[in-house]
Amino acid sequence: MQGYKKYFTKKLVWFLITFIVAVTLNFILPRLMPADPVSAITGKLAAGNADAKAVQKIYDRYAEEFGTNKPMWQQYLLFIKNMFKGDFGTSFSQYPRSVSDIISSAIWWTICLQLPAILVGWILGNVLGALAAYLRKGWDKVLLPITIFLSNVPAFGMAVTMLVLFAIKLKIAPVAGGYAFDQIPNFSWPFIKSVITHYQLPFWSIVIISIGGQAIGMRSMSIYELNADYVKYARFLGVKDRKIVGYVFRNAMLPQITGLALSIGTMIGGALVAEIIFSYPGLGSTMYAAVTAADYPLISATTLIITIMVLVVTLLLDIIYGFIDPRVKAAQFDS
Amino acid sequence: MKNTLKQLMHSSKFVLGAGIFVLILLTMLIYPLINPGNPLEMIGVGTFAKPGTYFSLYDAMDTKTETLKIADAEENRLTSIISMEDRVSMIEFLDKIGVDVSGVTMDDVDTILALWKANFDESAKPKGITNAKWRNYKTLNNRLSRIGKEERIVYDLDPETGEESKLKMIDGTDYVNIKEVVNTKTLPLGTDNFGRDVLKELVSACGTSILIGLVAGVVATFIGLLFGLLAGYLGGIADDIIMFVTNVFTVIPSFVLLILISYSIGQEQRGATVVAIVIGLTSWTWTARSVRSQVISLRNRDHVNLSKLSGHSLVRIVLTDILPYIASYVVMAFILQVSSGILSEAQLSLLGLGPKTTTTPTLGLMMNWAMLYAAHTNGYWWAYFPVILTITLISFSLNLMNTGMDQVFNPTLRD
Repeated sequence: MQGYKKYFTKKLVWFLITFIVAVTLNFILPRLMPADPVSAITGKLAAGNADAKAVQKIYDRYAEEFGTNKPMWQQYLLFIKNMFKGDFGTSFSQYPRSVSDIISSAIWWTICLQLPAILVGWILGNVLGALAAYLRKGWDKVLLPITIFLSNVPAFGMAVTMLVLFAIKLKIAPVAGGYAFDQIPNFSWPFIKSVITHYQLPFWSIVIISIGGQAIGMRSMSIYELNADYVKYARFLGVKDRKIVGYVFRNAMLPQITGLALSIGTMIGGALVAEIIFSYPGLGSTMYAAVTAADYPLISATTLIITIMVLVVTLLLDIIYGFIDPRVKAAQFDS
Repeated sequence: MKNTLKQLMHSSKFVLGAGIFVLILLTMLIYPLINPGNPLEMIGVGTFAKPGTYFSLYDAMDTKTETLKIADAEENRLTSIISMEDRVSMIEFLDKIGVDVSGVTMDDVDTILALWKANFDESAKPKGITNAKWRNYKTLNNRLSRIGKEERIVYDLDPETGEESKLKMIDGTDYVNIKEVVNTKTLPLGTDNFGRDVLKELVSACGTSILIGLVAGVVATFIGLLFGLLAGYLGGIADDIIMFVTNVFTVIPSFVLLILISYSIGQEQRGATVVAIVIGLTSWTWTARSVRSQVISLRNRDHVNLSKLSGHSLVRIVLTDILPYIASYVVMAFILQVSSGILSEAQLSLLGLGPKTTTTPTLGLMMNWAMLYAAHTNGYWWAYFPVILTITLISFSLNLMNTGMDQVFNPTLRD
């Protein structure tokens, strides 16, 4: 454990730097634009209101709330301070709910949907990819093009197709939402049952999407490893096939973990859009509602939370990678 | 170059992918010639007309008729007029007044109708039926009584006197050749929520989306290539700085940056080109990483060192000694950028952050409109399914080309 200290410290420092950059971008990008967000909001709210004094009052009120009447660096400090307090202001579209209240109720739906789905898709994809590389014949001619085709269906496309097929045509799954309309969230059996039935379609649509890409990547990696010298050497020594496949699988998996860490942002982005199709009560639908209603504080907070989620997952994957990769282990114990 | 192309042509995956893509491009170029006009023209007043050929009923009345005796014409007419719901309520009524309906199946319209005609008496309301139900039955009977009449009469109404004059008799066996009807319109994919021809719109949207993908791909590849070359070739502090930036932007989801920038630009400034450039600006990191690692492996090759010793300039070394070696990787990365650019546009549009447009549709916008008008829950498959299929096919063909190239340039992956 002691040996890992350097590796983990490095990863943690890296995480903190990226975090600061991400937060800064989240702060600065909207403010870099020529249009003043406060005046845009005021314009929308005060549409049709001819009273200049009232419009000015609305403007001042929001300028105060966002702190846009202060110099940039003070705004930034205020932004950081509020962020750590979990205070993202008040939502425009769902007034008087606070943004942090909306997000804290949406975030668990997204986490509970996407993490298991992406993980299951990743595992299934890797097993299939490794099998394909090992079997080779037959797979490449037929199954590979099919897999490439399936992996190219956009996440929202798969969501719509599954929704129409299973919920509307076959009527074996609910059409929309995270639970039935007549339920109130609580820990009773009917509610949990309702949540599980509503969970199926979004879950499987994400799983199917992620299987394809992972399987293709794993197949390439495994073929590369199967042709490596150590495999040939092991074969000459008469090592059992099963054991060789084990080694190959482990070695081919390492780049796959890095690949997952690098692509998790894109995957979550796609899955968030798929949430909209199912009206799943997660961050994706929240974001959609916020964009539709031009709810600026909510958009800003949602993007920030999604970024933080992706960063944390990437950090976790880096830590797991450190435990699995023998090279990291060796490097730590050498020094 | 010629040799590379020849090799590529031997890869079945590359050929299939390129074939599909060229087909899509050809459709995009040729279809507007066959069916010219504004793709966003609203030809339908209603929403979501089904796919098929429409002919003008107005003109059909003036078209020469032929008398055709077709055996099951009557039968077809019956089944289409009496809906399943009608049949259920008819059987319900017959059962209530004590007619034996145990042997009657729902498909047997003739028998149901015959039993109804024999047993329904408008003047005598049976006991045990509410007034409301009885009224419904009477309306149904009214409608049913019209069935079986040999002909229908078309009247002309004089707008000034209000007088009706008989214009034409239409017989049950009158047929019109659809080719002789003056005005017909074929809508292979129906119309969308605004009453626009979906196929025409789709072809135009496909073109715009591919253009968006190309612009995004060019921007991303240019930035990625520049950063990758600089970082890989210069090394040292330049490498550190560039890789720091690249790593940070790899981890921060480009999807989020895309949303933030698109939202901040505002609805008014967000044209298709701007969206394309923004997508390019947020997706260059992959190219930069792979170009850098390639350049590092090339940097100390003999021919590069020779160039350096000969005193060639940095630009010349990069252009003549490094770029040709990584060209295949850059092309492959570019293809993937195009495909992901098209997808990014679609996702942005679904969120409501797509290009603002009143003149050109994009695939994402078409999807967005279909979802906004609940085409998927109402069964209007033609409004969204062709869009999904088009996005998938474009992305599939590009990725297939990429896989094929990968196998050609990377011998360990070959079969």
